[in-house]
Amino acid sequence: MTVVSRRSTRTEPTAGGRVGDSAIRPDGVPKVRGEFAFAGDLWAEGMLWGATLRSPHASAIVRHVDIGPALAIPGVRAVLTATDLVGRNRYGLEHRDQPVFVEDVVRYSGEPMAAIAADHPDTARRARDAIVVDYEVTPPLTDPEVAIDAPAIHPDGNLFRQLVVRRGDPSTRGPVVVEGTYEIGMQDQAFMGPEAGLAIPADDGGVDLIVSTQWLHNDRDQVAEVLGLPPDKVRLTLGGVGGAFGAREDVSLHIHSCLLALHTGRPVKTVYSRRESFLGHVHRHPARIWMRHSAEPDGTIVSFETRIVLDGGAYRSSSFHVTANAACFAAGPYRVPNALVEAYGVRTNNPPCGAMRGFGAVQVAFAHEAQMDRLADACGVDRVELRLHNALASGDELLTGQRIEGSLPVAEVIRACMALPEPPPAVDDVLARPGGAGNTTDASSVRREVGFAVGFKNLMYAEGYDDDSVARCRLEDGVATITCAAAEVGQGFVTVAQQFARTILGVDDVFVDPADTSIGSAGSTSASRQTMVSGGAVEAACRAVAARVLEYVAETHGIDPEALTLTDGRIQSADGRVDAVIASVAPGIVFEAEEEFHHRVTHPLDADGQGDAHVSFACAAHRAVVDVDPELGLVRVVHIATAQDVGRVLNPLQCLGQIEGGIAQGVGLATMEELLVDEGRILNPSFTDYLIPTALDAPTVAAAYIEEPEPGAPFGAKGVGEPPTISSTPAVVAAIRAATGRPLTRVPVRPDDVAGLT
Amino acid sequence: MSVHRPTSIAAALDALAAAPEALVLAGGTDVMVGVNEGHRRPTDVVTLTGVEELRRTRVERVDGHDVLVVGAGVTYTALAAPDVAGRVPALAIAARTVGSPQIRNAGTIGGNLGTASPAGDTLPVLHALDARVEIVGPTGSRVLPVREFVTGPKRTALAPGELIAAVHIPVLRGPQDYLKVGVRNAMVIAVASVALVVDLDRRELAVGLGAVGPVPLNAPDACRWLAHRLHWDDDAVRLTDPGDAARFGTLVAEASRPIDDHRGRAEYRRHAVGVLAARALRRATS
Amino acid sequence: MSEQVVNEQYVLQVNGEAREVHDAWVGESLLYVLRERLGLPAAKGGCEQGECGSCSVLVDGALVCACLVLAAAVTDTEIVTLEGLQPDERGALSIVQQAFVEEGAVQCGFCTPGLVMAVEDLLARDAAPEDLTVREAVSGNLCRCTGYGRVLAAIDRAVGATKEAAR
Repeated sequence: MTVVSRRSTRTEPTAGGRVGDSAIRPDGVPKVRGEFAFAGDLWAEGMLWGATLRSPHASAIVRHVDIGPALAIPGVRAVLTATDLVGRNRYGLEHRDQPVFVEDVVRYSGEPMAAIAADHPDTARRARDAIVVDYEVTPPLTDPEVAIDAPAIHPDGNLFRQLVVRRGDPSTRGPVVVEGTYEIGMQDQAFMGPEAGLAIPADDGGVDLIVSTQWLHNDRDQVAEVLGLPPDKVRLTLGGVGGAFGAREDVSLHIHSCLLALHTGRPVKTVYSRRESFLGHVHRHPARIWMRHSAEPDGTIVSFETRIVLDGGAYRSSSFHVTANAACFAAGPYRVPNALVEAYGVRTNNPPCGAMRGFGAVQVAFAHEAQMDRLADACGVDRVELRLHNALASGDELLTGQRIEGSLPVAEVIRACMALPEPPPAVDDVLARPGGAGNTTDASSVRREVGFAVGFKNLMYAEGYDDDSVARCRLEDGVATITCAAAEVGQGFVTVAQQFARTILGVDDVFVDPADTSIGSAGSTSASRQTMVSGGAVEAACRAVAARVLEYVAETHGIDPEALTLTDGRIQSADGRVDAVIASVAPGIVFEAEEEFHHRVTHPLDADGQGDAHVSFACAAHRAVVDVDPELGLVRVVHIATAQDVGRVLNPLQCLGQIEGGIAQGVGLATMEELLVDEGRILNPSFTDYLIPTALDAPTVAAAYIEEPEPGAPFGAKGVGEPPTISSTPAVVAAIRAATGRPLTRVPVRPDDVAGLT
Repeated sequence: MSVHRPTSIAAALDALAAAPEALVLAGGTDVMVGVNEGHRRPTDVVTLTGVEELRRTRVERVDGHDVLVVGAGVTYTALAAPDVAGRVPALAIAARTVGSPQIRNAGTIGGNLGTASPAGDTLPVLHALDARVEIVGPTGSRVLPVREFVTGPKRTALAPGELIAAVHIPVLRGPQDYLKVGVRNAMVIAVASVALVVDLDRRELAVGLGAVGPVPLNAPDACRWLAHRLHWDDDAVRLTDPGDAARFGTLVAEASRPIDDHRGRAEYRRHAVGVLAARALRRATS
Repeated sequence: MSEQVVNEQYVLQVNGEAREVHDAWVGESLLYVLRERLGLPAAKGGCEQGECGSCSVLVDGALVCACLVLAAAVTDTEIVTLEGLQPDERGALSIVQQAFVEEGAVQCGFCTPGLVMAVEDLLARDAAPEDLTVREAVSGNLCRCTGYGRVLAAIDRAVGATKEAAR
């Protein structure tokens, strides 16, 4: 059953709180009091400070590294390079293709050359600057199109993935044809809390690392391999994470810090500067996308062709999968009978790219939604009607031939989004207009227009990956404790875990243990997967504990456990003999269960890109109201209405927070966010020049939730983090097109483009 | 102790003389960025925040006209206050466009002058008003027109051992404005900016242009051309031909000398400056 | 200059207490000293450039970025951090803090201390600010998680709760 619920902006918070309540997050009080320990807040007796030397060049041969001048500086305790590694000098998220320290070939600007430990962070920086490296600079390979066929800049070659999806007869063409080429610039996750970690050498010859990350166990494995240690000697604990959005899936300071700690025998704390943070993590893949749609005169899509080139930068990270996502979701949430998709993930000497919220679907959505508007106009059909007409639904097939077995209410999100009221006219204040605090724009210079877009992507990993998570539930005297290694990065998993436990067990007091590697892997906080997979594990563990409690009570009373029910903490038997409260029914007895959750099996894609590759999907629609100053090319995104396919709202306040936050990132990509790369070097690795939205840039958001439960998901809930980033960007740009008449085929749009100077 | 905390200008000059390599610090909003990044490693510091004289604003009467004398240590927040806003509105408007409340509470007009960024927000206003910079040094004080004080991108005529003491700004009667383009709606470094000041008594106007040249620029030809075409009253000035606003904008744009950089292209900056000038003029004459 | 000199010694007035700093390097920012020397880690380092506001503190009552303040230069000022602004008792929250928690304005929480400082500063000066005034007042506090929606709702809530409390 589909439920549409429209949110008001005020939802009463609930202390405690079951599934469906706006439960307050357990770490909220420490966070507002500044007492929550982020990884950068940690301190250890005798600790040293770490720093990294990074290559300024995007492509070079290293002739010589002289660390002597650095070692000579008083207070410097270690300077490590590739020659100091005893284990393998290779790491990588899936494929170990990346050196911990450059040995002989530099492949990107920012690539680590050496790590330093010193008494004071400024000493570490001075030591870093004192290292002399003799680089023979070579011309960087920076054009991904050229890179496809160029000589390999890495032993694994320049192609991370070439994926073809062929459906029906791609040569079929309807009478109405639109084609276009679109570009998406390099967006950055730009989380607020820079990379930070504390590595402490252990008595057993191992190392303990407290670090901000998205996936403790994957990090642990990579660290252990390089250190040449067994996994149980490398123990990771999650330090408080200041946002992630994909940038912490890959290792950053982890291996360097552990190496320094083991080498010096002292704890080593490393905190990246903002500049180093920009250089030190992966970014969203820039993309160049050609698309051609054909349709019947009534707007029914007949064929779809696309060529997608994603610039993955110097190392693989998750490019293999980003490419697949871009290919699979390239056409958007619409029925396409005939299609040809060619997608390339390419290696260049540009900064490495990997996961960022939306993961390939963001890039193609900008293209397919621009195409849908053009197709509608070419057919003389209303732009929203065109989308409704072609909308995918449960039972339809994707480009990859997969039949949608679960929920995908595309038409519902479209209608619900359009039904949300439009905002009032702008307040007559220069601050409310484009240009804002710059005082540039009078009311007569503003054009207000509306843009609309829909997007979707998969949830979970794909192509046969057997994803899993482990969680433990412990119940004693009415107090439950949940243990799970799922990385809380701000998204509110810890809150939802408590809500699950309270709902299933009927207790109020639920603790969530710190996440570390002493329990099995919970997988990555990414791909909108934690709610299903780790939530599924938590649910299973809580249900197992509930079952054990009932077994215990049944045994105590000499009855069949099947005769007992547990409802909201109350244990009752049908005949009324048993009526107890779970919190007090078994004093001093500990009930514990550990469960592993796997989602259903998926399959790889074949040579034509066909296969049952994805677990489930989520869609969202966005309608953007944008005020534009066409003369100056300035933009103010006033209001975004959205309807999102969420399966089940677990926590209205947190759900809205995810949606508003994702929309802000989408607005950023549309209007201001781009890492400018010139000959492989990032020109703007700072918040002065990599601009993200401020409170004066953020639109007001109105949200409606479509609750069509997803089979196999705990409480039917879908992950909600990514859809807000997918169709928000194209909706904003569509509005700017309407205000200016400019084609705007590239994001972020610049004032030059909007004003028509390019 | 290597941090000198003078409480008078004289003591500040002594401190500078004693430690010529010292980092001179007022609000720190530009200087501390360099220290944090490791570009500057201070051994001695002279902090000026205790020099009360530098934080004062007063009005002087010079040759029958009012001059607002703003101490170098006056913050952007204080520049937005009524005693400045009432006398030099463009300066207050410009101060309000700077950064965030945190930056405005710390950053100073002296710092803006000393940093001399081509995009500095008070500078186009000071250039439009023909302000004068009062400098103190070991050999005494001197006053330079702001156009001679800012000599190049991030370069000034300040000699070693000298400090900016104050800015002397003519108080004019007439509308003033400051407009600044950035990609975002707050917290931006100007991609292009325009200050416009109207002198109803002399029946003249002037503009200052920011971020479109190595130093802030004026557009004297454009202003002279326009002044003759405007209708001047005692208390207001009006356009006689509405098309003159756009023409003025074009002339102002022609006076700009922008470059391409990662914040903006020259063509856009030239275009933007013209648009801003036209808009400022329309506001001033409405 | 190959050796870093760490012999600065001074006293800072922080949260009403005289706090001694020993063996410091003169170039340390107030942010660094608060966090690494004085055990006051609420102010966070997000950009070291004054762009993000995560390090916001009060110096002589003015909201500033602690990363742009040279610690050794502010010995004659009154410094107030979040630790000093909020209620002392364990787990107790100011009206603003309570509103942030209740409105879901806290996700990762990294920007939160600086934001709370900015909001407390704003409401101390303007008890019932307009929407645009609020947005401008917190435009120097970047948040990447929330999109500011719940933050603005929290400020709204705090304004209402303050009015209620005053009744």
